[in-house]
Amino acid sequence: MSISRRDFLKIAGISSLGIGFSATDLLWKNRAEAVEYMTSPKGLKAKRWAMVVDVRKFKTEGDYKRVIDICNRIHNVPDFGNTKDEVKWIWTDTFEHVFPFQQNKYLPETVQEKPFVLLCNHCDNPPCVRVCPTQATFKMKDGIVAQDYHRCIGCRFCMAACPFGARSFNWRDPRPFIKHVNPDFPTRTKGVVEKCNFCVERLEKGLRPACVEVSNGGLIFGDLADPGSEVRKILSTHYSLRRKAELGTRPSVFYIIGGDEDA
Amino acid sequence: MLEKALTGSRRYWGWIFFLLAVIGVGFMFYLRQFAYGLGITGMSRDVSWGLYIGQFTFLVGVAASAVMLVVPYYLHDFKKFGKILILGEFLAVASVVMCIFFIMVDMGQPMRVMNIVLHPTPNSIMFWDAIVLNGYLLLNIVIGWTTLGADRKEVPPPTWVKPLIYLSIPWAISIHTVTAFLYAGLPGRPFWLSAIMAARFLASAFAAGPAFLIILALLVRKLTKFDPGKEPIQALGKIVTYAMITSVFFLILEVFTAFYSQIPGHMLSFEYLYAGLDGFGKMVPIMWISTVLAVVAIILLIIPGTRKNESILAFACAAVFVSLWIDKGFGLIVGGFVPNPFERVTEYWPTLPETIIAIGVWAIGFLVITVLYKVAISVREEQIESESNTH
Repeated sequence: MSISRRDFLKIAGISSLGIGFSATDLLWKNRAEAVEYMTSPKGLKAKRWAMVVDVRKFKTEGDYKRVIDICNRIHNVPDFGNTKDEVKWIWTDTFEHVFPFQQNKYLPETVQEKPFVLLCNHCDNPPCVRVCPTQATFKMKDGIVAQDYHRCIGCRFCMAACPFGARSFNWRDPRPFIKHVNPDFPTRTKGVVEKCNFCVERLEKGLRPACVEVSNGGLIFGDLADPGSEVRKILSTHYSLRRKAELGTRPSVFYIIGGDEDA
Repeated sequence: MLEKALTGSRRYWGWIFFLLAVIGVGFMFYLRQFAYGLGITGMSRDVSWGLYIGQFTFLVGVAASAVMLVVPYYLHDFKKFGKILILGEFLAVASVVMCIFFIMVDMGQPMRVMNIVLHPTPNSIMFWDAIVLNGYLLLNIVIGWTTLGADRKEVPPPTWVKPLIYLSIPWAISIHTVTAFLYAGLPGRPFWLSAIMAARFLASAFAAGPAFLIILALLVRKLTKFDPGKEPIQALGKIVTYAMITSVFFLILEVFTAFYSQIPGHMLSFEYLYAGLDGFGKMVPIMWISTVLAVVAIILLIIPGTRKNESILAFACAAVFVSLWIDKGFGLIVGGFVPNPFERVTEYWPTLPETIIAIGVWAIGFLVITVLYKVAISVREEQIESESNTH
């Protein structure tokens, strides 16, 4: 069979168009799959995950160390040994730094000197998500503000946008600075931003966040949308504070401070 | 026309190779940064943007300032800008090229830059910034090249450029407005959270850009046969004067709001920059240098006698440029991050590799300016020759 040059070009043109279409189709399908993630049937589910930090329950240095160490260990958080390169998921600071607008020097000494546990607030109206140019940081249906380390371009707009200093950047390769790598959780690469993920990988398996488990009741986790949840119960009976609530980001981490009499 | 950049004096080539050498050194340091990570810079968890983003912000302004020639020429029929218009447009091209490079060197994962295109996100100001900057670059290349080409053939520019020229006017405003919005919409950074940010950006841009252009025009007169002319330079000088006064006025408005309201969050960054905070004061000397230069420049620019003296004008323009470079290319960024969200002070200072990489990017910009100006000036020189032949 012989075909003319003209016919050949026609066929070639049409088939290359076809390849083009099926390629975009394929790409589009992959994209859809990535967006519609599956949830495990075993997983814990909520409409709006939240955490209450019951500051009264943190008494000894060990109480803080336990929650911080477990997080660092399971999430492969590197320890650079200097503040310039520092990566932090959960850490502590004192009242005047945690609540800079609420500082008053007549507060009980215990409140003034006590370390407060700090982590990402998983805001309901997160500015970090708003500014991210690639949707590498995004809000999940259950309210968790998640971070895709593979999509992040490292522009650090989210770090400028976060009013809570919750985000860290990998200024250099973190892997040599992880003492014991947990093979069940990804390590990160240089040049991407990371932060607390509310242990989304544990929730999927039906487990509560690791810090909550080891906190002896100091950290309470649950569904803010469920009136019967533990977090709602404690919030309805105790006065609580949120960091910089006036900025309108609607933090989902609450602090129960209590006075001297509770300590 | 580009072939005109390929022939030049020994001095021209010496300058080109000098710039290439600087770019080469910058690139070597960039490779080090690429391998090690941005930890090679002075940036940290607390001051997460620094010199690179500062240069980007400042240069967006220089780019936008081309509009200060376009508006008088095309909208007010101010014919005297006709010959130097091209210098403004090509300066804009070089500035946007530098902006793009400064963004690239600041990226933690530059290989993933296309993610911005693959996952377009209209709620991110950075998405819009990428669009307006690339659009502005394209507009100025097309407009500059076409009008210069028409000039060379001594015909009027094609009619289709006119709409593009008109479009470039609001577009120039947009690039600096969008860049200001990168900062002005962030809830936790009171130093940047100001409605006047975009206006202040534009005012400082319309001072720094034309100031730089005056210096370039004076250099062009000295080094080539093309004389941009006394009158256009004086007209630009007046633009610099008004814009610089406006810029300083806007800064004073910020200071008033912060200190009369006495809201700590709004005062602390100013205190850190101009007086030092909690015993940290690395920025204080340069911020005061910026202030003194601004005051001196404004005095020299306001007095007609000094403004009309071209050497003094050149000095005043250099003072404006350096003053605003410190204020916007450095202080504005660092001030936004100090104190940090915990009201603690972490200081920032660029490291040597970071500085060399930044100088390398500036050298790229100067290379682009040199090549484009060489083309433009060669065309102008041809015109001068043909004119003198006919007489």
